[in-house]
Amino acid sequence: MSTAVIAIIVAVVVLVVLAAFFGGVLGFAAVRFKVEGNPIVDQINNLLPQTQCGQCSYPGCKPYAEAIANGEKINKCPPGGEGTIQALADLLGVDPEPLDAEHGAEKDVPTVAVIREDECIGCTKCIQACPVDAILGAAKQMHTVIADECTGCDLCVEPCPVDCIDMVPVARDTGSWYWQAPTSGVELIATDKHPATGQPQHDPSDDQRGAA
Amino acid sequence: MTDYLLILVSTILVNNFVLVQFLGLCPFMGVSNKLETAIGMGAATTFVLTLASVCSYLVYNYILLPFDLAYLKTISFIMVIAVVVGFTEMAIRKTSPLLYRVLGIFLPLITTNCAVLGVALLNIKRDNGFVESILYGFGAAVGFSLVMVLFAAMRERIAVADVPKPFQGSAIAMITAGLMSLAFMGFTGLVSI
Repeated sequence: MSTAVIAIIVAVVVLVVLAAFFGGVLGFAAVRFKVEGNPIVDQINNLLPQTQCGQCSYPGCKPYAEAIANGEKINKCPPGGEGTIQALADLLGVDPEPLDAEHGAEKDVPTVAVIREDECIGCTKCIQACPVDAILGAAKQMHTVIADECTGCDLCVEPCPVDCIDMVPVARDTGSWYWQAPTSGVELIATDKHPATGQPQHDPSDDQRGAA
Repeated sequence: MTDYLLILVSTILVNNFVLVQFLGLCPFMGVSNKLETAIGMGAATTFVLTLASVCSYLVYNYILLPFDLAYLKTISFIMVIAVVVGFTEMAIRKTSPLLYRVLGIFLPLITTNCAVLGVALLNIKRDNGFVESILYGFGAAVGFSLVMVLFAAMRERIAVADVPKPFQGSAIAMITAGLMSLAFMGFTGLVSI
């Protein structure tokens, strides 16, 4: 064997040994510094509606997701409704249960908070109540709701001393519009019904969005 | 002792890696929008750069030179840097979740920071010893952090200033960086090394 061939072999062997050593270091570090996390919590949290409304008696959606992972019931989320319960039941492999009425009823239509701005006295109480920071304003200044950020959780309605916050249905726009089919008069089978409203549903993507 | 001090002054001010040698420009422009992120990036880079210059010195002098493989230094150093960054990321994630959240995406980004590879290669080129290598890497990183923080502070002010429309955004940032580079050239001749 010529010296050139030997040099190449030595170079390859040294690089491979070096790489194997570094791989070993990283592998050791991955085991040694393993972060204990529960991936199921994130999956559950992704299914919850992220309204942060607290109707489930937990301070937000993530704490409720952690509680579900530890065996809490899955039917305590009124904003998510039947669609969320069904999705959670599929994920966790348990039977879906009807919504627990103790935690509130499911809304027919998604709503958004609107402040009647002439009547607002600028007390900032709704700002403190809002779990998603969707209300803008300062003390003794008019407040207003950022409609895109509002999750429709109703938490700001109660604290308002002058009752100037209305919950109005979300305006239909290109993002939330879906095709209304003419009623045919034919009885639909159960799986064709919208899981949240019990109405016939015609846009499969809309259903997925509702479940996710 | 004076030599070590000179290395530090040289790398931090006179031969600043970003503004005089023009290495590591991508994070310099990319993550200098906010002062907080700039400080985070500076801290992460300081840690990784110092550690990487030590490791690459060891690899070069105790593995590559004995086997007469000096021509493999670039690929070996890239491997060393990637491992150091990966290891640091895992260690920080475990030991200090708060710091991990602050540094966030910047940690893995350091892998592609050319200043890190530049320091490792320049250490070889300048025949630096072990302690000198550490100081050279540390000084380069401190210089990088210093410039990052200064530049981010300026950009925060420029963001609210009345900049003419054609110069808004990246354009004024480039001009600012150029002016900073000119200013740092004023340090030339402070020390000769």
